[in-house]
Amino acid sequence: MDSVTPFIVLSSILFTIGAVGVLTRRNAIVVFMCVELMLNASNLALVAFAKQHGDLDGQIAAFFVMVVAAAEVVVGLAIIMTIFRTRRSASVDDASLLKY
Amino acid sequence: MIAFYVLAPIMVLAALGILFVRKAVHAALLLAVVMISLAVLYAALDAPFLFAVQIIVYTGAILMLFLFVLMLVGVDASDSVVETIRGQRLFAVLGGLVLGVTLVLGVGQISLGTVIGLKKANEPGNIEALANILFSRYVFAFEVTSALLITAAMGAMVLAHRERLTPKPTQAQLAAERVRSYAETGHHLGPLPAPGVFARHNAVGTPALLPDGSVAESSLSRVLSARGTPRPAPRDVEAVQRSIDYAPDGRPTSSGSDTPTEGGQ
Repeated sequence: MDSVTPFIVLSSILFTIGAVGVLTRRNAIVVFMCVELMLNASNLALVAFAKQHGDLDGQIAAFFVMVVAAAEVVVGLAIIMTIFRTRRSASVDDASLLKY
Repeated sequence: MIAFYVLAPIMVLAALGILFVRKAVHAALLLAVVMISLAVLYAALDAPFLFAVQIIVYTGAILMLFLFVLMLVGVDASDSVVETIRGQRLFAVLGGLVLGVTLVLGVGQISLGTVIGLKKANEPGNIEALANILFSRYVFAFEVTSALLITAAMGAMVLAHRERLTPKPTQAQLAAERVRSYAETGHHLGPLPAPGVFARHNAVGTPALLPDGSVAESSLSRVLSARGTPRPAPRDVEAVQRSIDYAPDGRPTSSGSDTPTEGGQ
């Protein structure tokens, strides 16, 4: 049987891209998408390890990650909407009121 | 494994695209590519249930939610490229490279041993096997998940709710306000001019012409003006007839007929 290492490598590459996106992008919604990308990358690793160990626990973990991601997206996008309503901007740099 | 080697480059390119595209809508579409490819990889990794869930929950629900919010936030919400912290981008890319190289080299060097595979675990069927574990060993986590989902729904409702601070103006008040603004500033009392006098393309993008031939700016939607896609108004009637290939007697002007028709008038 073939190895699952390529899947893990792909998962780490996607996770890295997501992390760089979170650090560099300014639009809060795109930052959020990059967080989703990182969650998806970790899911891929979980599913690959489930196959490696012949155990379905990894798939259950990936399932829970999806559920939590759905809840997180709902709340996060509602927060972004609220900030956009008051500040007319979705940029993460504009929400700096706590700084002053 | 063929699916992996076909999809992996596509996924990495699409993920890199999320970093570089300016418009958030394009980023959402590239994310959809990554997610659907991931679903196919789940199918290749003996996880048919997660394959379906990935498409339904992630691509179907979460990404559509992203697109809805993008529509609410507005089409002109493109990213700024101004760096507020000097060198942030450079250090972010450097840190990302360090992370990526470390991860890839570390994962590539260890040997994971032989793959056991899910043949045995999936014996009663993947969904049945997952249900067996989910409702026995993980039943508490599953119940807590329902509390989380309810809390998230309530939170989103509270956050998105907007309290009306002033009473809603009645129609009579609106009419009085309109007449007052006409008396004070001379703002036109009637409805705005309709756009699009030519029904040959998406005519809401074409401004209406005033009787003297000038363009009526108020006939265009503000969104179209913000997007910068209004079409130029035609100069005169002849230009319109030429552009729609029309002659008054019904024959096209530019066809190779031997009797040249007179366009216009």
